[in-house]
Amino acid sequence: MNIIMIFYYLITAYLVFILGWNFVREKKSVSHLILTLLVLTPLVLRLLRVK
Amino acid sequence: MKNEKILKIALGALFAALLIAGGIPLSKHHRFRTPVVAGPGVTRVLRLSDFLPSLKGTAGDTNVYVLEGREPGGAALFMAGTHPNEPAGIIAAMILIENATVEKGTLYVIPTLNVSASRETRPGDGYPLYFDIPTPWGEKRFRMGNRDASPLDQWPDPDVYIHYPEKQLLSFLDIRNTNRTWPGRPNGLLMERVTYAAMELIRKNQVGLAVDLHGAETMFPVTNCIVAPEKAAKIATMVSMTVKAVEGFDNHVEPSPQNFRGLSHREIGDYSDALPFLLEAPIPFLDQPTGPKTVKLMLDGKDPFLLKLAASKKLFVPYDENGWPLDKRVGQHASVLLELLRQYSKKFPEQAIRVSGFPRYADIVQKGAGAWFHDPAEAVAGSVHEE
Repeated sequence: MNIIMIFYYLITAYLVFILGWNFVREKKSVSHLILTLLVLTPLVLRLLRVK
Repeated sequence: MKNEKILKIALGALFAALLIAGGIPLSKHHRFRTPVVAGPGVTRVLRLSDFLPSLKGTAGDTNVYVLEGREPGGAALFMAGTHPNEPAGIIAAMILIENATVEKGTLYVIPTLNVSASRETRPGDGYPLYFDIPTPWGEKRFRMGNRDASPLDQWPDPDVYIHYPEKQLLSFLDIRNTNRTWPGRPNGLLMERVTYAAMELIRKNQVGLAVDLHGAETMFPVTNCIVAPEKAAKIATMVSMTVKAVEGFDNHVEPSPQNFRGLSHREIGDYSDALPFLLEAPIPFLDQPTGPKTVKLMLDGKDPFLLKLAASKKLFVPYDENGWPLDKRVGQHASVLLELLRQYSKKFPEQAIRVSGFPRYADIVQKGAGAWFHDPAEAVAGSVHEE
């Protein structure tokens, strides 16, 4: 795995953390919760090296 | 929001369930291996990393089956799985490995050139993950792959792919396409290293004939053909005429364009002494205006929409209710490979390569491709390899 790939995974992990935190903090909108999870899907699959 | 916690737990659980339901089949597909029983003709099994050590342990490494004859002669390389979503070539290569014997010269066979792409799929296009073909001892399962290497193995893509060494600007996606990264470079991205290692195999073993097996849409003009550069055109023409006259199927010759870089049929010829050929067999599964991308369509090539298009002369191959079955595509590849060897040996008698035990078009169409595979459970210990 080259250095750029490692940075990519670090950035992805950071985004997953931020989105997860937004999910926890969201108080008003159900649609925001659902959208957050939708955005999380490909990022988590990539982090797990599934797709 | 009322009952905020319960809602979040429910949504989180749904998210996890969807991830698991979608992720497990993909993960299993990634790890699935097709067994190949090395036949009596296989004398050694090398790895592509033997020609470029930096490939070792990566998704760019792959098996290279060597079939050596008792008599010295020339050397040929057959490659399949450059695009693993074009499986007829992979099956033809595996049939060769399981059945052929070389009497004179040496054959190098790579059934899965782009291993990374073979472990990837295209869920957005509704690709099946596997397909099975019937054999005398049961169903033999194959992974259905993708065209380009997986971003899991080579990422990120550049905005524009600058081909090495010709500096031609190509689509960003083609940096993961092993039929755009020839002749490759030893310190490049993974797919550039894969093709560089194959070039090293060709150069170090004085390979005189290199064949890349593919499949192409029926709506694509470069289909059902042999693509060859100027220096290989004579042999390609002889092969095309012979299979038409003797075996009754069409396989016209397409010239390899000089100004389109990165393709095997161009760069192998320009960067080595080998004569390169690329074989295209029609694969209706890859056409865009078809019904669902089912295993059935992959195997029988029958589609009502293509039939309508054929009636209005929109296809580049003859197409009727019989479709374009896998057995026919595999059979075409087999006969064209044998004829290429024959014509090459005729032209260069001191570099002749003589092969027996590899079935031809009529045998494969009559008995089915599965008839030529051996049961791995019954195989001699040590002869089963994984692709």
